[in-house]
Amino acid sequence: MMRISLFLGCLVPNRYPGIEKATGICLETLGIDWKELEGASCCPAPGVFRSFDEPTWLALASRNITLSEKDERDVLTICNGCYGSLADANLKLKNNPALKEQTNSHLSQIGHHFDGTIDVRHIIEFLYSEIGVQKIKEKIVRPLDLKVAVHYGCHMLKPSSSRATASVERPSVFDELVEALGCTSVDYPDKMECCGAGGGVRSALGETALAITEHKLGKIEEAGVDCIVEACPFCHMQFDAGQVSLAGKGREFGIPVIHYSQLLALSLGYSAEDVGINLNEMDCSDFCNLLGNKKD
Amino acid sequence: MTLAPSIEEVIEDFNVLKCMQCGVCSGSCPSGRQASLNVRRLVRKIGRDHEAICDESLWMCTTCYNCQERCPRGIAIVDAILAVRSIAAHEGLILERHRHVANLLQEHGHAVPIDDTRKEKRIQLGLNSLPSTVHSHADDLEDVKCLLASCGFGEITGRKE
Repeated sequence: MMRISLFLGCLVPNRYPGIEKATGICLETLGIDWKELEGASCCPAPGVFRSFDEPTWLALASRNITLSEKDERDVLTICNGCYGSLADANLKLKNNPALKEQTNSHLSQIGHHFDGTIDVRHIIEFLYSEIGVQKIKEKIVRPLDLKVAVHYGCHMLKPSSSRATASVERPSVFDELVEALGCTSVDYPDKMECCGAGGGVRSALGETALAITEHKLGKIEEAGVDCIVEACPFCHMQFDAGQVSLAGKGREFGIPVIHYSQLLALSLGYSAEDVGINLNEMDCSDFCNLLGNKKD
Repeated sequence: MTLAPSIEEVIEDFNVLKCMQCGVCSGSCPSGRQASLNVRRLVRKIGRDHEAICDESLWMCTTCYNCQERCPRGIAIVDAILAVRSIAAHEGLILERHRHVANLLQEHGHAVPIDDTRKEKRIQLGLNSLPSTVHSHADDLEDVKCLLASCGFGEITGRKE
């Protein structure tokens, strides 16, 4: 089994720590050789920081990567944004000697050096290709009879020129991993569309971001599901805190939002409280009760 | 301080002048449905006019990459938008909320740092109140600050038009 270091990023540890807890449970139960990437910073976020200055973005991203290179471990990300930043930066530096030299001149000031010896992985792609749907099925102690709206988000798959995953328009890897847990992945219009948060839009133009979110939530609502499952805490926050904002404007959806690590931990026998689903911004108590009943 | 690319480099590097104004990009844009972002028009503007750096719709792109994936001429549209944003940023054209996020990064090493409410949530889950990131490692935070200074990030984001 390969060795990995878990990159936490910002939103998981500092906003939705239940995802951090759930991911540890999953990696442990699946018998993966892992440890947290100590001393890591912001990836840094591609939408804002890459927008401002690409050399800064590369310098900070490469520092995170070199921390893992020293440990001879691949980096595992649990956020599409972190994956987008670290995988794109890693590839750029591996393929462009001039950029690598420029970045290493910054890194030399802190005694680091980018060698280009490891890869950056996303938890969905990692679980699918390194563990596999069948092995995950065998680990399940509590099949989840849930109707689920799967939300891939953008940077897990795109830009496809720097991703290992297959189809951009009609992917199935995430749906297969969700269905492995006993859930039904319900198809819905605009399934591959953005949550609205990325590119710095949520942070600076919140109303535009929220309008995109409302459109997508409307399609999910029509599909009639028990919850949304994503693999990115930024999408998680946009759907979760976004529903609180929309409720304040009189538009109630009431659709719980869960990261795949949390869903997997539930199917491994852990409770909704164990993995912090009750700590979402919106009230998920009905959903937690539903899961409680299903455990019996 | 590092330099931003020139608009001529952006046009050259990302094939901007290959645009035939077909509109597949705009038809694929989730932000364009809700806001005034018109990607087709923005690409034309980038190809013609340095004033593209002042276009407010530059910052409405969520970087979902739909347009770039579907462009029949293979134009790296999102990469071009990001590069034009960096020219704008180097000229002091940064939205106030983004400046705030840049300050958080420089102070904490996280764009979204911990707060007391979330420390409580971490404890409730049986985790340490601070994660194992720069939040727990002062020496690593110093390294991050050193890199940011080496790149002149504070000068770039502190600059106003």
